[in-house]
Amino acid sequence: MNLYSLVIEPLHYEFMIRALTTTVLAAIVCALLSCWLILVGWSLMGDAVSHAVLPGVVIAYIAGIPFAAGALVFGFIAVAAIGILRGTSRIKEDAAIGIVFTTLFALGLVLISTTPSHTDLNHIIFGNILGVSTSDLQQVALLAVIAFAVLIAKRRDLTLYAFDPTHAYAIGLSPRALGALLLALLALTTVVALQVVGVILVVAMLIIPGATAHLLTDRFNRMLLIAPIMSALSSVLGIYLSYWLDASSGGLVVLVQGVVFTVVYLFSPSHGLIAKTRQHRRTNDQWKQHSAEAQVP
Amino acid sequence: MTSAIRADGVTVQYGDVRALEDVSLGVEFGSVTGLIGMNGSGKSTLFKTIMGLTRPVQGTVSINGRTPTQARKEGLLGYVPQSEDVDWTFPVSVRDVVMMGRYAYQGFTRKPTSADRQVVEQALERVGLQTFGSRQIGQLSGGQKKRTFVARGLAQGANVLLLDEPFAGVDKSSESTIVQLLRELADEGHCVLISTHDLHALPQLADEAILLLQSILFQGPVADALRPENLSLAFGLDIRRAEESE
Repeated sequence: MNLYSLVIEPLHYEFMIRALTTTVLAAIVCALLSCWLILVGWSLMGDAVSHAVLPGVVIAYIAGIPFAAGALVFGFIAVAAIGILRGTSRIKEDAAIGIVFTTLFALGLVLISTTPSHTDLNHIIFGNILGVSTSDLQQVALLAVIAFAVLIAKRRDLTLYAFDPTHAYAIGLSPRALGALLLALLALTTVVALQVVGVILVVAMLIIPGATAHLLTDRFNRMLLIAPIMSALSSVLGIYLSYWLDASSGGLVVLVQGVVFTVVYLFSPSHGLIAKTRQHRRTNDQWKQHSAEAQVP
Repeated sequence: MTSAIRADGVTVQYGDVRALEDVSLGVEFGSVTGLIGMNGSGKSTLFKTIMGLTRPVQGTVSINGRTPTQARKEGLLGYVPQSEDVDWTFPVSVRDVVMMGRYAYQGFTRKPTSADRQVVEQALERVGLQTFGSRQIGQLSGGQKKRTFVARGLAQGANVLLLDEPFAGVDKSSESTIVQLLRELADEGHCVLISTHDLHALPQLADEAILLLQSILFQGPVADALRPENLSLAFGLDIRRAEESE
């Protein structure tokens, strides 16, 4: 096998072009959002919301309205239910999240099983990137552009919300509104990504890229470049692997991202495990010097 | 002259727990006031009430004669969080944090103008961090971290500064730098309110002290506040009262 047959030949198939376009769009938007999610500490919430939108998507399918509408409604229902459960009972947040998202996910499964033509809907769970239609791609592109534009326009507010919501409140902004905006973006982005990897694995695309970028830089703006680029590249590689190996495309997209994360975790020049261990001694010296500097006001 | 912070008969209730009971106080511009009390005495609740994060069931709070909501809209309140409430690995630089003080003055996307950048540089210079602007916030000493947030309050144009435990995790010499800075800011007309259970910095720093244990036990000169009989009240060591309540 040569490079041509490996890389170019698959592009002769329209389904591969559509698959790769959808994947890149989804990877970029998910990766951008993930930068905030991991800093706010919403990884578990992202997991919950991405699963909990399933009944919304199924109901939207049955009613013939855009998936995004159903996903938004159920995303907010999930977060509200988690908040109410935590606030009005002795149940702690992690348990509340576990109860709410599994129940809603189960509701989605039941709805799928009782809806005629349920073969289509099973793709929502595991993704069906190689079977994306042109209209699917159009919907994904529209949502991706909206989410991308809002994220970039409000990036400074979202970063403030992630860093210090109390200060946001103190200067007259509304942390609650910013949290709701982030949540809405999470629900929208979930719809974008579930075409690629399915509901179960969406959360991987919403956490891994941001976490990987966080290990590579101390600058948030750089995270916003590194995360989408790495996510897009590894997702494309995942799709190719799935084509070559005839294996689960959603699975491979996430697997490649996980491998990339592991490599960065070990070898990142600044925050990687190996660099940290090796520099431990040097860092200690720097700290001594540093605190000596700090003595001088 | 209008008080910087005024509370009248403020009572705050969390479920069955009464966090603040009939708290009345006045804190003036041009002064540093230490709010002293042990953990659970209601210091944080009082801060939250001043900022409007917690609503009193009774009583009112005013900032420079305005409601907390108005005061927030006008950017009067600058808040310096406790160290443990900040994620020091967060990928922001000192300059980024200080710029966050300008957000309320900026447009939809919070794009900084050259005037904003100038204000930020002035605030950094004012707290002595002009050469640290591009450092990631975790790479600062304890005292520099505090001064970063003070600079944010200055960039914001706040004239009421609330500092929550500013001396926790700060070494002696940094502490004296902070004391000097806050003293200067007060002399320039700011109102500085500090919550602390660390008493030894107070005499050189504060004009007044407030002792808090759900209600106000004492407000007055620091030297009087630090008398053993007053401190034992604030830190719950009063045996007579404990016996009476049994």
